[in-house]
Amino acid sequence: MEMLNRREVLAQILENRGNALIVPGLGTANYDLFAVSSRDENAYMWNAMGLTVPTGLGLAIAQPDRRVLVVTGDGEMMMGIGSLSVVAAQAPKNLSILVVDNEMFEETGAQTGLSATCVDIAQIALGSGIQKTMTVNNGNEVARLAEFLLEEEGPVLAVAKVGPSADKPVYPTMDGPGIVRTFRAAVLGATNA
Amino acid sequence: MSDTDDGWSGEVFGLIKEAGISLITTVPDAGLTRLLNMCSKDPDVRVVTLSTEEEGVGIGYGAWLGGTRSLLCLQSSGTGNIINGLALPAFAESPCLMLVTMRGQEGEGNPAQFPMGRAVASVFEAMGVTCLEATDNKEVASYFRQAVDMAFGEGKAVAVLIAQQVIGSKTFGK
Repeated sequence: MEMLNRREVLAQILENRGNALIVPGLGTANYDLFAVSSRDENAYMWNAMGLTVPTGLGLAIAQPDRRVLVVTGDGEMMMGIGSLSVVAAQAPKNLSILVVDNEMFEETGAQTGLSATCVDIAQIALGSGIQKTMTVNNGNEVARLAEFLLEEEGPVLAVAKVGPSADKPVYPTMDGPGIVRTFRAAVLGATNA
Repeated sequence: MSDTDDGWSGEVFGLIKEAGISLITTVPDAGLTRLLNMCSKDPDVRVVTLSTEEEGVGIGYGAWLGGTRSLLCLQSSGTGNIINGLALPAFAESPCLMLVTMRGQEGEGNPAQFPMGRAVASVFEAMGVTCLEATDNKEVASYFRQAVDMAFGEGKAVAVLIAQQVIGSKTFGK
């Protein structure tokens, strides 16, 4: 079976992005989002590995009327795996999490990740109390995945099993205060940013 | 812990309301009980229980992106858990307001608390966090007010430390 192309999957999910706010985890999730849907409503993460889901949760609490989508890798998710239980306890209806699971640490040299062997992140999410999960392995399921992440009442978590990156990384801005200013201006209006 | 007035929780709660802070994240501590109870009872304040203190830094950053002010409340032993997270508000120059009840200081009944207790201020300072330590309950509110202004006015990371002599010591029957 041909492995899913991670950037194509994300592009397909975001074809109907609407006004969703997106928090991409550091590494390839960041680059893919910048490549397929570069918008002011992207809160690019460059550090604090493990805190992408908490950042998405804080945003979802602050903006309950907007869909908030976290897009992150399996390694980043594992580092903050306890945060899934915090998400479940808070139960934000507008929060979706997509784990782009390549089963490796591609950014640092493709070392084997924990999800390559024994760890099933969707099962951990279920055990943490996130009742709606989905795992996608092939292209036929991506349309349903998009609907699941953007339409289903949250909190939801999906795992997309993908192959190694087929595309070169493209890098969003590394201006930390600029990311915050741009995002807040887009969401809150220029006078409040 | 009894609900008797500790001389600072009520004032800090008032300042939380005055500052428009509507989100509290915490791994609880006995010394925070009174304040957290006040926050939990307020319909306009949301209290989020964490699995590790570090999550509070991420939640606070995300909340700020969405226009909400938050406060992370923790016991000093959790300071070691948040170092990685503190890189986020430092990089983004965004507010990070913390209230820390101290352990491992004078009067501590558990020597296992000493290593982290002694390291708290230097760990915070190494990560660029300003520490304001209240050693008397009358100082807590004024330091907290100052911290609110620094955090939300200047985009700084600030921790108000409440010394163990203010909180009282856990004696472990000694």
